[in-house]
Amino acid sequence: MTQAQQPKARRITIEPITRLEGEAKIDIFLDDEGNVDNAYFQVVELRGFERFCQGRPVEEMPRMTTRICGVCPGAHHMASSKAVDAVFNVDPPEPAKKLRKLFYCAHIIHSHLAHFYAFAAPDFVLGPSAEPGKRNILGLIEAVGLEVGKKVITARSYAQRIQEMIGGKATHPVCGLPGGMSKPITEEERKEIEEMAKSLVEFSKFSLELVDNIILRNKDYMNLIRGDTYYHETYYMGMVDQNNNNKVNFYDGVIKVVNQKGMQYARFQPKDYLNHIEEHVEPWSYLKFPSLKNVGWKGLVDGKDSGIYRVNCLARMNVAEGMATPLAQEAYEKMYDVLGGKPSHATLAFKRIIRKAGLNHIRVHDLRHTHATLMLKAGVHPKIVSERLGHANIGITLDTYSHVLPGLQEAAAEKFDQVLDESDKIGNIDVSKLLAEGEEIDSRPCRSRTCDTLIKSQAPLCGFNQL
Amino acid sequence: MDKKIKLAIGLGSTCAGCDIAILDLNEKILVLASLAEIVFWPTAMDFKLSDLERIGKNEIDISLQHGTIRTSEQEHIAHLLRERSKVMIAFGSCSCFGGIPGLCNLTSKEAIFETVYRDTPSTVNPDFITPKTEVKEGGYLLTLPELYEEGKALPQVVDVDYYLPGCPPAVELIDRLLPIIAKFLETGELPPKGMVIASDKTLCDECPLTKENKMISKIFRPHEIIPDPKRCLLEQGILCMGPATRGGCGARCINALMPCRGCMGPTAEVKDQGAKMISAIASILGVENEKDLSEDEVEKLVNQIKDPVGTFYRFTLPVALINRRIKEGS
Repeated sequence: MTQAQQPKARRITIEPITRLEGEAKIDIFLDDEGNVDNAYFQVVELRGFERFCQGRPVEEMPRMTTRICGVCPGAHHMASSKAVDAVFNVDPPEPAKKLRKLFYCAHIIHSHLAHFYAFAAPDFVLGPSAEPGKRNILGLIEAVGLEVGKKVITARSYAQRIQEMIGGKATHPVCGLPGGMSKPITEEERKEIEEMAKSLVEFSKFSLELVDNIILRNKDYMNLIRGDTYYHETYYMGMVDQNNNNKVNFYDGVIKVVNQKGMQYARFQPKDYLNHIEEHVEPWSYLKFPSLKNVGWKGLVDGKDSGIYRVNCLARMNVAEGMATPLAQEAYEKMYDVLGGKPSHATLAFKRIIRKAGLNHIRVHDLRHTHATLMLKAGVHPKIVSERLGHANIGITLDTYSHVLPGLQEAAAEKFDQVLDESDKIGNIDVSKLLAEGEEIDSRPCRSRTCDTLIKSQAPLCGFNQL
Repeated sequence: MDKKIKLAIGLGSTCAGCDIAILDLNEKILVLASLAEIVFWPTAMDFKLSDLERIGKNEIDISLQHGTIRTSEQEHIAHLLRERSKVMIAFGSCSCFGGIPGLCNLTSKEAIFETVYRDTPSTVNPDFITPKTEVKEGGYLLTLPELYEEGKALPQVVDVDYYLPGCPPAVELIDRLLPIIAKFLETGELPPKGMVIASDKTLCDECPLTKENKMISKIFRPHEIIPDPKRCLLEQGILCMGPATRGGCGARCINALMPCRGCMGPTAEVKDQGAKMISAIASILGVENEKDLSEDEVEKLVNQIKDPVGTFYRFTLPVALINRRIKEGS
């Protein structure tokens, strides 16, 4: 333990942060009255991809940057593959693009499913007061029963299997090459994927019901979610279709930023990210702090004068004007009905901290009262950090947004169907139709030019884990 | 079964892909849960460092640790687990050999700080502030673990009993742990120390592609050629680490028609995976007309290999005979 003596204040250290990917700790400082005076979320490691990837062949980057995060390697693989396309100035042929989208849909499903069921759901299903040894995926299966548990396991295995069929490996895929993919899939594989995809759509509906039953019908949870205690007004950044319909896009769109009122603040091509994003350094964390360059870094505060922006699930929803598929659109509309309008600034960031630190005696109101917004004041706040760095597997943040996730899964699952329906053979697809409809699936910004810029560029948007 | 072994899963500098690989056991994760009580697993469970510190010597039966050792805290966790565990397993390539984070040994901490915290185009840090192990912030002392100059494999830090390589380990290899745990639970018996839970042969031995013992004169980068999907990639001129790499991974990269990058590490007979690969390449590259080649021509031939260190030692640099660059640029 690295607990230093604090003569006046009481320090509570949460070390390590659990149920997420990446190494971090939280230090909370209490004043004489036992109120929180300050809190810091510190990332405790650095690997240095930005440096050691220099000198390596650029086409190897999709196979190396996946190790930034093993929970979302698909995102890093695709971002890197697209960046490498840009370096070589090549555009993959349509069948390759469709394969990438198919792969990435499966990845989105896996990543969100793993996050929701393995990392976040234990808090909701078992409740915040469950003992630590039970608050996990195994405890969850025990609580919901083997039948439901197996359903989750099967759905997860399908999402992994599809990625493996296309990408070689589900974790740390290898299929992306400059301008394309390393291999096609066979007709038998396509059929197998189609069956799994249909099953995943059903599973997404099941997940929505589960959220409905466990969270939306629980008054306490809903009060927490909708209340003003867990609330911060920030900018949001996410990817939407290149055309003007502004639907959520997972793979190949344009970056849109909205302000605290939900109005468009910026819209730019991924390659132009340097005109819009900068990173700040603090001496107490190995992770950097990205912000909107044209607003500027004003410290860890919210509001329109602060360049802090959030990315990932809620941000994607907030910047978009809907989902491209009907079932997902339905869930999208329901989500904003539940949250009481768009954009939603709700966050439950403190819930787990308070519980984990055994601070139940401190009323949330006290926290808020003591500091305008607890950690925002001076320390970093897990929500800000995790959301700004944006990542499907930040348990703390996504506790809040778990109700959003099934919608995403469903969207991806529906896309599968759509992609598959359009052709008998994946290697021989007429995508012109898809494109004519502005049908783009996708994800992470592709940014490029030099190798290290590429790699670096993945940090602000793709991973919590320090590069 | 009422009786269970105590299992811990610790992390070094990791991507957590190893944790996801454990979840890939799918329904067998329930078998694991029936055999083992998990007492530490940060990625999936809420036990804290203080919970681990409270456990007594040898009270954990089996510990798996994944990730490279890169910081003082990661080293501390490795020692904590070792002292408390009867059996310590290096899990995944980072833990077994150093892995991709071990490529930091090609540079220095200083150079990494300069790039990350100063020179990257998105970074705005005119005063070149860098993370410190101790810093006063708002009247409070905040600490960070020390980042070491180099990355190490787990066996370079603590005594390791078994190795389960792969990035991440193939699920069929993780599956092999289950009968080992079951037997240990039932009889207290363990496999011989030092065992590598994988194939004893090279990837080439289990590769589905056909080898024709052809020599090559040109090396292609993976995107420069559409390979024949049935023939050995190396014999088509694509650098593939198969000859120097242990099998057991299910040849998944090869099945995706991509060359092996060596994540399973070397076989038991080989000390240095990269050296083995260099000798494998030397025996097929331009050998046919070697006698007629001038020095310049030989150099040209070899210069086709764009990144020998990053290719041949991608996953094993920290355990290589020459395992770090003394000075960047040298």
